[in-house]
This record gives sequence, C-alpha cells and structure tokens, in this order.
Amino acid sequence: MILEFLSYAFLRRALFSGLLISVSAALVGSSLVLKRYSMIGDGLSHVGFAALAIAMIFSWSPLLVALPIVILAAFLLLRISENNPLRGDAAVAMISSAAMAIGILLISVTKGMNTDVFSFMFGSILSLSDSDMILSVILSVAVVLFYLVSYNKIFAVTFDETFAESSGISSNFWNSVLAVLAAVTIVLGMRMMGALLISSLIIFPPITAMRLFGNFKQVSIVSVLVSAAAFLIGIFSSYALNLPTGPAIVLANILFFLIFSFLRFWKRRKRVTAGGQE
Amino acid sequence: MTDKKAAQVLIELKDAAFAYDGRPVTPGMSFRIMAGDYVSILGENGSGKTTLLKGLLRMKEPYRGEIIFADEMKKQHIGYLPQQSGLQKDFPASVTEIVSSGRLNRHKTFAFYTGADRQAVQAVLRRLDIDNLADKSFRNLSGGQQQRVLLARALVASDGILILDEPTAGLDPMASHEFYKLIRSLNQEGETIIMVSHDVHCVMHDATHALHLDRDFYFYGPKEEYMDSVMAASFLHRTEEK
Repeated sequence: MILEFLSYAFLRRALFSGLLISVSAALVGSSLVLKRYSMIGDGLSHVGFAALAIAMIFSWSPLLVALPIVILAAFLLLRISENNPLRGDAAVAMISSAAMAIGILLISVTKGMNTDVFSFMFGSILSLSDSDMILSVILSVAVVLFYLVSYNKIFAVTFDETFAESSGISSNFWNSVLAVLAAVTIVLGMRMMGALLISSLIIFPPITAMRLFGNFKQVSIVSVLVSAAAFLIGIFSSYALNLPTGPAIVLANILFFLIFSFLRFWKRRKRVTAGGQE
Repeated sequence: MTDKKAAQVLIELKDAAFAYDGRPVTPGMSFRIMAGDYVSILGENGSGKTTLLKGLLRMKEPYRGEIIFADEMKKQHIGYLPQQSGLQKDFPASVTEIVSSGRLNRHKTFAFYTGADRQAVQAVLRRLDIDNLADKSFRNLSGGQQQRVLLARALVASDGILILDEPTAGLDPMASHEFYKLIRSLNQEGETIIMVSHDVHCVMHDATHALHLDRDFYFYGPKEEYMDSVMAASFLHRTEEK
C-alpha cells in the first residue's frame, strides 16, 4: 500500500514537503508554547485564511500573498501581547475572528462558497501546485536551519527574556525572529492542514514531548519525531481510508498525546509505589 | 577587605536619576561601588529599585547625570539574577542547559558553546555544590534549588560582580537563610554583590553598604551609618509592624 502511494510523483512530493513542514512546526512550536504564545499561532492561521481568500479573488500565488500579510500580523499580535498581556489575549481572538469573517465575506461576494474555501479551512495537501511545493521545501529548510544555528539564543530568550537582555541578546529582536518563523511555518502548513487545524501542528508535538521529557534539547528532538510520525501516520491513513489529511494528522497527534500522558501517569505511579516501599 | 582590589571603584554614579515609562522614579544619586562591596538596596515597592538595577546592568540610561563604569567591567559581563516571573517554574530544561546560557554573553554571532564554556559551567556547579543536579530538570527542583541554579547562571556570566533582584522572594525561611549564607560566602571569596531585598536582616548581618531608595531622597553609606540613620529607623520600624 505504501509502495503504491509512493509510486505517484505528486504524492511523493506532498510527503516530502509535508514532512519538512511538520519538523519546522515542531521546532518553532516548542518556543511558542513555552512563551505562552500558542494563541498567536492560532490567530495567525485565521489571518492566513483571509490572505488566501484575497489571493484567490485575484488569482495570485497563495503563498506569496499570505507570507507578507501573516508576517505583518505576527509582528502586530506580538506587540499587542507584550504591551498588554491581559487584554492581549482578547485582542488576538478579536483579530482572528475578524480576519476569518473578512475572508469568508470576500469569497462569498466574489466567487461564492466553493471547494477552495473548504480546502482553505480544512486543508488539502494535494491542492499544492509544483511551485508552491518548491517554495515550501526551501522555506521550511530555511526555518529549520535558522532554528538550529540560533538554537542557544532561542533557548535563552524562551527561558528568560530579562536575563537574555542583560547578556546583550535583544529580546525584541529574537521575539520578532520567532514571530517570523511562526508566520512562515503557519502559512506553509496551512495548505496542508487548513486554517482551522494548523495550530495543532505547532502545539501538540511540543506539549506531548513535555509530558515525558524535562530537558529542552530532548523536548525539541522528541517533538520533531512525534510531529513527523503523526504526519506519516496521518497521511498514509488518509490515503488508505480515504479520510481528509488534516484531521487525520491531528488525530494521530492526539493519539501520541494520550500515549505520552498515560506513560507519564504510569511512571509517576511507579515512582510513588517504589517510594512507599522504602 | 584590605587588599588592593578593595580600593578599586567599579561603578560610580554622578547625580544619576532614572525614569520608568517616561516618569522619573528615582532621585539623582551620587555614590561609588567598590570591588568587594556587598550593597543591599532597600525601599518601598515602586521606589525604582529594579529600574536602578537595569541602569547598573547598562540596560537603561539615566535620564539625568551619569554612570561611569570601570574599564575592566566589560559590558554584559555582569551576573544578573532577575526577579522571578513564575513562568519558568515548570520549564522543561536541564540545570546544565540553563547555567550554560549564562555564557552566551561571551559569544557574538554564532552562539555555540566551546569546551571552555563547558568547563566554566562545571566549575560553577561544583562551587555552588549543585553538580549533582547537573542533569536534573529545572521543573523538578525545589524553589531553593531553582534559585541556586539561577545564581549559578549569573556567576558563570560574571567577571566578579553579581546583581540580584529579590532572590529570596517566594522561598521558605530555611531556603532564604541558606541562600543568604551562600551569597555571604561568595562575597567573602571576593565577589561584589548588589542585591535588592526586602529582608532587613541581611543588611544588618551581611551587607557592607546600604542603599535606601525613595522617590525623592536616598541614603547611601556603610551599613553602620545606615543603621543609625533616621531613614533606617522609620523603615525598620515599619517592616517590624508588618
């Protein structure tokens, strides 16, 4: 079955670019989740939806329209959350629902609700054009490489902005870098997962890894592995059982989360009983 | 503190005053901090203590007056222990990972750790007697151990000067006592300590100098002079009432 899947060139390409996007989402996700920026990821995906709507109306390249808009939105959401942590939460929700509403209005007024809208919302990895695919591969490789080169600084800013600042690491700059990385990852992943599901690709793998691992390097590596495995399970099962790809990947991620949570529970129980016997 | 080092001025303030959010929060201050001093900074909440620390860390310019740093006080080579936000308590990172991040001030573009960094980290963990925690996860440590780890990060970053912002906030009395003992021994080993603390006892026992900050006036001087001052009398009185 897997061989049959791999015999299609377009499926091979989808597999390759999807795998790379899953890896970059897991890496960027670890920092976003630990910095309490998960909601920003969610907000960006909705802004991305509006951007895709605009691209569709004018028949422009979806990625090239969405990238600058979502990067700008990332800067905006970051500033709002930093300046006002309390109301920032509400502001992110407002911006994301506003973007969603504008996107849907634009589409229904110009082209009417159609299958494109469905694929924007819930994703369809097969809708990617060849040029989109090439761009996805280049950008996700760039995200991963940049993350690896800056790993120590990203760790420092994620763990303690104030201390990082005293060591001459500008938290403003690195938060912006993180926002750009998140924006790029979300735009790339959105075609595959859909605007409504992409944040799961960023949030689930790191949270799952953190259930069992207490060391940042381990968390990063394990969340990459979990993300890649969930993607593979998701895409093959969606092919075999004719399921939508995005939801199948999310389901695989939920499965990993439950398994890791159970292992943590089991490990703790064992420790407690072992402690009691002493 | 009679050696040659003691005569060396590390930081000198000349009528330096700081603002926060555009509003002046400290009076203009003039004093000198010498190598080996243990300065305890006291004052009510909102009296600009943290803002002054940011100034000493060169993260903030005074809006009036100036701060002069000794040549050998390289920028960013000050060990800082910031006030804890509580966000990190359950952070998944090992003790070694956290302490290593203190060495990033020595790396400009490519921030990869070298063998020298790893040795410095190991040495500091041994010095603070937490080398047994090296591979432990920060989130599984007690509050006192967590502060010790953050102190190690500050030490590994510093060239002999430590700036601590309420390091014992949230610690139980035993852990606070242990922490102050550790700071005292570091000071005796020659580290210069500048610490914001609500704990007046640490001024009375360990500090060599006191800086009492208020919105419009301040006191800076040797501990003994401070204890005899009017400011100390009213501050100590109020603290005891609490």
